[in-house]
Amino acid sequence: MSDYNFAYLDEQTKRMIRRAILKGLAIPGYQVPFASREMPMPYGWGTGGVQVSAAVMTPDDRFKVIDQGADDTTNAVSIRTFFERTAGVATTTKTSQASVIQTRHRIPEEPLSEGQILVYQVPIPEPLRFLEPRESETRKMHSLEEYGLMHVKLYEDISRHGHIATSYAYPVKVEGRYVMDPSPIPKFDNPKLGDMAAIQLFGAGREQRIYALPPYTQVVSLDFEDHPFEASKPDHPCAMCGAENSYLDEVITNDAGGRMFVCSDTDFCEARQAAGHTGTMNGKDAA
Amino acid sequence: MTPLLSVQGITKFYGQHIGCKDVAFDLYPGEVMGIVGESGSGKSTLLNCMAGHLTPDAGAVVFDTRTDGPRDTVTMSEPERRMLSRTDWAFVHQHARDGLRMGVSAGGNVGERLMAVGDRHYGDIRAKATDWLGRVEIDANRVDDRPTTFSGGMQQRLQIARNLVTGPRLVFMDEPTGGLDVSVQARLLDLLRGLVRDMGLSAIIVTHDLAVVRLLADRLMVMKDGHVVEAGLTDQVLDDPQHAYSQLLVSSVLQV
Ligand SMILES: [Zn+2]
Repeated sequence: MSDYNFAYLDEQTKRMIRRAILKGLAIPGYQVPFASREMPMPYGWGTGGVQVSAAVMTPDDRFKVIDQGADDTTNAVSIRTFFERTAGVATTTKTSQASVIQTRHRIPEEPLSEGQILVYQVPIPEPLRFLEPRESETRKMHSLEEYGLMHVKLYEDISRHGHIATSYAYPVKVEGRYVMDPSPIPKFDNPKLGDMAAIQLFGAGREQRIYALPPYTQVVSLDFEDHPFEASKPDHPCAMCGAENSYLDEVITNDAGGRMFVCSDTDFCEARQAAGHTGTMNGKDAA
Repeated sequence: MTPLLSVQGITKFYGQHIGCKDVAFDLYPGEVMGIVGESGSGKSTLLNCMAGHLTPDAGAVVFDTRTDGPRDTVTMSEPERRMLSRTDWAFVHQHARDGLRMGVSAGGNVGERLMAVGDRHYGDIRAKATDWLGRVEIDANRVDDRPTTFSGGMQQRLQIARNLVTGPRLVFMDEPTGGLDVSVQARLLDLLRGLVRDMGLSAIIVTHDLAVVRLLADRLMVMKDGHVVEAGLTDQVLDDPQHAYSQLLVSSVLQV
C-alpha cells in the first residue's frame, strides 16, 4: 500500500476532481468537465466512477461495489480489490453498512440514508447526443434549455413501439432545469433518483464529465401527458425471496428452457432470505 | 402599418471581399420578397445575415415581435434569437437534409418544433404532424417512415411541413427548388404558392430561378456583387428591367 498515494490518485488530481464534484453539486444535473486520468484499468471498467470514488474516499470509509446489482462480478471484485489495495479501506456487500457505494446499472433496493454517497459509472453522459452529435450544439441546448429534442426521442419510441420503449438510461429533468442521463440504470430505478437522502455522483471517464445530485433533489422522468412515465419491471415476485417490488433479472435454470425471476440486487435478496422470506424456488413447497 | 421586418443597411465583409453592402428594405405582413442574382451576388450572405446565421458587420434587422414590438435581432441576445428561430421564424434550406433530421421519422420531424415549444401530448402532436403531411401532399401512412426513404421532392415538402407546423410569421427560403428535377420543381412551386396564399405567409425567397419569383414573389430585388442593383414589383422588374444587369438576367443571357 505504501507504494501508492492513498486511493491511487495524487492529491492534486483529487482536489481537481473534488472541485468538479462540488460544482456539480452546486448545479444539479449540469455536466462538469474534468481532466480524467489514466487509471490502471480499461475504459468501460468504470474509470470515471473509480476516480470519483477515489476523490471522495477517506480512510474511515466502508466501500461497496455493485455491478448490475451484484457484488461478485469480475468488474465489481476488481474495483473493490483496487481500493482495498490502494486505500486500505474496509469493504462490505451490505448496502446499509457502506458509506461509499460505486455502482454500474443499478440503484440499491434498500433506501439510502444521509451520509452515504452513491457513485455511478457513466458510459455516455450526454442525453442529447443520439440525435445531436455536435458537442458545441448540445452544450448550447443545455445552456438555453432547448430540450424539445429529448421528447423527439420519446416520440420516436412510441411511434415505433406503441409505447415508450426506452427502458435504460431513461432521461430525467433535474430541479426543472437540466436534462440528465441517469446512466444505464433500468427506468424502474428512476423514481429512486429523486428526493434521495444520499449524495449521488456520476463519473464518465472516457468522456471526462462529472455531474451530481445533492440530497433531496427533484428529479422527474420525461414523458407525454397521454403516455406517462412508468417504472416498469417484470411482473413476477422474486423466486428466491418473494419480493414483489424489487427489480428482477431473468435467470435460465436448466437446458430445458426453465427460467425464473430473481432480485437483481443480491444483497437485498439475501437479506430478505436471511430474515425468513421465501419464494417459489426455495420455499417449503419447492424444497 | 409597421413592417414585419425592416432591414437597414446590412453589410457583411469577408476580409476585403464584399459579401453584401448596405442592403435595406421593408417587408410587410403577408408579403413575399424575392431576391435574385447569380451565385456570388451576395444574396445568400444577405439571407443568412437576416436569419441570424451570420452576424453582419453593420446594419439592423428589425423584426416586429409578438410581445415587444419591433426589435433588432442582430443585437438581441442569442437565446432570444434562437427562440425566434424556432417559433415565429422558419428557414427552408436548399438541401432538405440540412433542414431535416434524417434519422427521425417524418412525424418526428414535423413534431419537433411543436415539442420544442412545449407540446406534451403525443396524440395531438401526431395528429398535427399527419395533418401537415397531408397539406404538403405526403400520404399519411408515411408518417412513421424516415426521410431517407423519401424522394428528393418529398424530402423538400417534408422540410416545408416541419417549418410551417408552428405557424411562423416569417419564412426564409434558400433556393427551395434548387437541385430538384424540373417536373418536381413545378409541383413544389404549386404547393408553395398554395401555402403562401392560404396561410398569408410572409416570406423572403432567395433564388437564381426567375420562375420561382415570378410565381411566388410580390416584390423583387436584383443583386450583383453584393449590391442591390434594382428593386420593385416583381412583374415590373421582370417585364421591364431598368438596370443593364437585370436586363441580362431576364433575357437569360446569363446561365447560372
Ligand atoms: Zn429476491
